[in-house]
Amino acid sequence: MAIIKASAEAIAANSSSETEKLASVKKHKPKNTIIGVGNGLTEKIMHIVFLICSSVAIIALLLITIYMISSGAPIISKVGLKDFIFGDKWAPTKEIFGISPMILTSVFGTIAAILIGVPIGLMTSVFLAEIAPKSVVKVVQPAVELLAGIPSVIYGLLGAMIIKPLSYKIEMLVFKDNPEHIYTGGANMFSAVIVLAIMILPTIINISRTAIIAVPEEYREASYGLGATHIQTIFKVILPAAKSGIATAVVLGVGRAIGEAMAIILVAGNMANMPEAFNSVKFLTTGVVQEFAYSSGVHREALFGIGLVLFVFIMIINIVLNLILKGKAKAK
Amino acid sequence: MAELNNSDIKIVTKDVNLFYGDNHALKDVTLDILSNKITAFIGPSGCGKSTYLKTLNRMNDIVPNVKISGKVLLDGEDIYENGVNVTYLRKKIGMVFQKPNPFPMSIYDNVAYGPRVHGIKSKARLDEIVENSLKGAAIWEETKDRLKQNALGLSGGQQQRLCIARAIAVEPEVILMDEPTSALDPISTLKIEELMSQLKEKYTVAIVTHNMQQAARISDYTAFFLVGEMIEYGETQQIFSRPKNKKTEEYITGRFG
Repeated sequence: MAIIKASAEAIAANSSSETEKLASVKKHKPKNTIIGVGNGLTEKIMHIVFLICSSVAIIALLLITIYMISSGAPIISKVGLKDFIFGDKWAPTKEIFGISPMILTSVFGTIAAILIGVPIGLMTSVFLAEIAPKSVVKVVQPAVELLAGIPSVIYGLLGAMIIKPLSYKIEMLVFKDNPEHIYTGGANMFSAVIVLAIMILPTIINISRTAIIAVPEEYREASYGLGATHIQTIFKVILPAAKSGIATAVVLGVGRAIGEAMAIILVAGNMANMPEAFNSVKFLTTGVVQEFAYSSGVHREALFGIGLVLFVFIMIINIVLNLILKGKAKAK
Repeated sequence: MAELNNSDIKIVTKDVNLFYGDNHALKDVTLDILSNKITAFIGPSGCGKSTYLKTLNRMNDIVPNVKISGKVLLDGEDIYENGVNVTYLRKKIGMVFQKPNPFPMSIYDNVAYGPRVHGIKSKARLDEIVENSLKGAAIWEETKDRLKQNALGLSGGQQQRLCIARAIAVEPEVILMDEPTSALDPISTLKIEELMSQLKEKYTVAIVTHNMQQAARISDYTAFFLVGEMIEYGETQQIFSRPKNKKTEEYITGRFG
């Protein structure tokens, strides 16, 4: 307070007009003193607004969890957890609800898509971040970002137009000596995996590229300084240094692949078969989408059961992602 | 140029000019670096001493838009000639950077990195190289029990000595040091300086430093740079006691820079 007083005195001594101003201000309200600064009420109101906004997300998650469990659990207890999850026959009309073909399709479909998509995506991100000249990056980078924004059903249409016929040709080639094979016309696991692999590319590319760019320049210098080549530097220093970012990319890719329905419903064939490359298959997601409209009673309950299983999968993926990110924070 | 005694000449640079785009960063730099001596490059910021150092192992190649002319001879061979294997060159001329930059991997893997990229796979051989290099950089005692731990857990001074160990692991003939102690505390700096005087028994050392006392303490020869030009070069003692050039004198006595 002494300082404020002293400075006020200094100003007063400085010019008389300013003294008047100061006096008039003081008459109204001491706006220029510490006490008046930052209205407490506005602060409180804003705090509440922020709290409410953030609550919306939490409440939504809570409701989804409660709703999924309450609507998915009855069928699971009716059929029995073991029979529901491990049962290999899905025949809603006969009230047989075994979803293991769908679970396995979703799991293996995702794994296969990751096995194809991650190497391609990672190589692309290395190319964009390390090798490509700026002019190329300027074209490819926005293209990749655009790819991420394309609605998934468009990927499905593309798959139906291009990949399905291609897959049918391969199918005919592979099974030409096998009269017992039931032809899928290209609507099969293979096509679905290819579409999924393409769909996860933008996620993999963008996140890994960011991680690679974030690798400090000093590591590159050190590696070159020791006589390592560019390629050695990429594989032995840069990618290991970016590994947690790449792991994040993979997990997000898994999340995207396992949750995808619209793209693959057009190419998967939608029969609850065990996942083999040239079987028509049904994913957890596509099963729900396809059957929901005409289902009723126990059948509809079973679809909620599928939803619950999928929900649990996504939860697990998110927990894994969080663990990775935590590990990353610790490493720093 | 100052008269030098007749020790072996390791590196000859002749009329080296370097441009970053339009910026003429090095102007007709001619000087010889002698075997098994420490040569220091001093001068104010932006005078081209670091740039000059990096021309010696072609680290400037990484920077876009760099143009270099003149001759840099290592043992009589022009390192800028077509067909020079830059990888092999950098194996022969190692580098230690301003900021300690160990890789985010174990202490062992850091030191073994160089030998590995040059094709050494035998575990026994790598163990031997790692031990010898860490001993050579006077950091073996501190690290021998935690070779598998992440190098980023070491202190700044230890990291820098690890970087020196990593550099000598590829058995270079010359070690370039770009302000190796400017990010370190005085005690770590002292350790590195002691290490440098040991290093010159086996290697030719060239060091860029901002610290004139450091140059005076450790180097045998000193070159003074100013806005891209090499102003004066000679025995360290002579440069610091009887500089021939007025600008050198002004810089050394602290009148500018």
